[in-house]
Amino acid sequence: MRNRFSFQRFWSIVKKEFFQIIRDPVSIKVPIVIPIVWIVLFGYSVQNNVDHIALAVFDQSKTQESRELVSLFSNSGSFTVAKDVASISELSDLLDAGKVRSGIVIPPNFQKALQSGEAAKVKFLVDGTDPTIAGTALNSASLVWKDYIADITGQRMNLLGIGESSGFNSLVLATDIKYNPTMENSVFSIPGLIALIVQNITIMLSAFTLVREREKGTIEQLMVTPVKASELIFGKLIPYIVIGYIGFLFSLIICILLFGVHISGSFPLFLGLCFLFVLCTLSIGILISTIAKTQVQAMNYTSLILLPSVLLSGFIFPREAMPVVIDTLSYLIPLTYFIEITRGIMVKGVGIEFLITQVTVLCIFTLAMLSIACMRFKKTLD
Amino acid sequence: MEYAIEVEGLSKHFGSYAAVDNISFSVPKNKIFGFLGPNGSGKSTTIRMLCGVLLPTAGNLRVLGKDVKTNTDFVRQNLGYMSQKFSLYEDLSVEKNLDFYAGIYGLNKSAREVRKRELLSMAKLEGREKQIAGHLSGGWKQRLALGCAMIHRPQLMILDEPTAGVDPISRREFWGIIRELADQGTSFLITTHYMDEAERCDLIGFIYNGKIIGDVVSPIHLLEQERAKGIEDVFVRYVDRMNKEESSPGIGGYNA
Repeated sequence: MRNRFSFQRFWSIVKKEFFQIIRDPVSIKVPIVIPIVWIVLFGYSVQNNVDHIALAVFDQSKTQESRELVSLFSNSGSFTVAKDVASISELSDLLDAGKVRSGIVIPPNFQKALQSGEAAKVKFLVDGTDPTIAGTALNSASLVWKDYIADITGQRMNLLGIGESSGFNSLVLATDIKYNPTMENSVFSIPGLIALIVQNITIMLSAFTLVREREKGTIEQLMVTPVKASELIFGKLIPYIVIGYIGFLFSLIICILLFGVHISGSFPLFLGLCFLFVLCTLSIGILISTIAKTQVQAMNYTSLILLPSVLLSGFIFPREAMPVVIDTLSYLIPLTYFIEITRGIMVKGVGIEFLITQVTVLCIFTLAMLSIACMRFKKTLD
Repeated sequence: MEYAIEVEGLSKHFGSYAAVDNISFSVPKNKIFGFLGPNGSGKSTTIRMLCGVLLPTAGNLRVLGKDVKTNTDFVRQNLGYMSQKFSLYEDLSVEKNLDFYAGIYGLNKSAREVRKRELLSMAKLEGREKQIAGHLSGGWKQRLALGCAMIHRPQLMILDEPTAGVDPISRREFWGIIRELADQGTSFLITTHYMDEAERCDLIGFIYNGKIIGDVVSPIHLLEQERAKGIEDVFVRYVDRMNKEESSPGIGGYNA
């Protein structure tokens, strides 16, 4: 025998909540301060773009051609020639000591190989201790090598006026890096960072909204009024959607200004799906708010959600490298899906047709959590 | 007679503990009913059941002639509740607090303005509309809370220790307002620990250990009946009697 959803009551909650947020310095600062702090912290510290990797050169050819190859390595910016060595063992020692991270060994017959197509191997050695550095070194080396071969082939063609030379086939490195050929780290981490910031702002703000009323005793007053759980919850949601979205736009602008990231895909689609994610994370916050008894508890529940989401969502660690159990857990975190969405749209430039699964899952998450929040809140009235 | 509150065999159990144990009483309309009892005696539990916030384990509850269980909307729309915590939004202004509850109770714009004027004048808060509720002193906060609780012109007001922690002058002023409202036709249920306030009630009832002791009578009548000097004496006598009965159930020397 309960009454219907009343727009007037709903709107009264929206206005009240909005006035309270305006008067609360913390709520106003959160969507501005968090993006700045997080972007500076993560944007720069998670930068694992490596350049000027120390390179040792063992040039047994000592010809103009070999020197040219070495200078290509150092000109790439990825490598700095740290030392010329006279033997393989000297090079190994340097690698062992960590004085260089990579080494190149040019065979004595390098020039001949170029001129007459004699078989020859240029060796590239990498210290694999830090996979990030190793990965960058390998990729940069293969790029340099490709450029060099293309250059030589071109010269040869001009000289001889004939087609493809057969002499270099054995020397081609088959590494192909898609989307981010320069392995620019910010391109990879910024979309995830934006997603993470949106999540943190919205959960932090909304997790306290009902708890605060419970602690101050105002919930007791609301309980004896005709207000419905759904009116209260949706009414509280609206102002936080606005605040959360402002926080998102703000982070996006900072990332564009500081890191020069751009959105390869559809901008309206990106904005729209961000809205969906704001809704989704707000519903997590509201749900926390219906469970927690005090603001301290709400804080604890919030960190209980934030930490795993940072670790498991694929924001820092690739999910491909996770054990199956952990990877399965990551499917329970909305951030996982939204990071796939942001990376998909920002980096790969894909359209909605590739993101249907993620969007559907986020919608289900949102509806489920809001329903549970409404039901739980009704229960607490009893 | 028309009743504001009718309680019949009401019980509320939390697990095996009976917070309210089979109580019955009724309060006629347009009266100030003082609901007295020490902390933890079951007052608040009873009040929460009257407001329809807590479901009784057993018994019947009628507010303004309607069953609370089946007429929750009617009860919520016609009952005002004010707690000792003055549940105001302390970060909002006096006016915004009133506006909020006016919206929650569905008052339209013109009705809201009229009602706000009335309540501001009743609470002696005129000229303080823009002041932040949290900055008001105790007595003002209390009167604003009362105003918010009755923005929808409820026929029954339930006040749970409304004067706790308020200075004597403000308390007297508050009771003046309550008396005036009662004379205009509002029914009240008030809990209090101040015996001078108990004496100002039209009717009083005692609850102890979840049970009602004695009848709901006027304070004067009670004093005559018990041949006591003050309500406090009666109160202490009741509690002693209850404790004796409970410690020696076989004797039962007193008839309450």
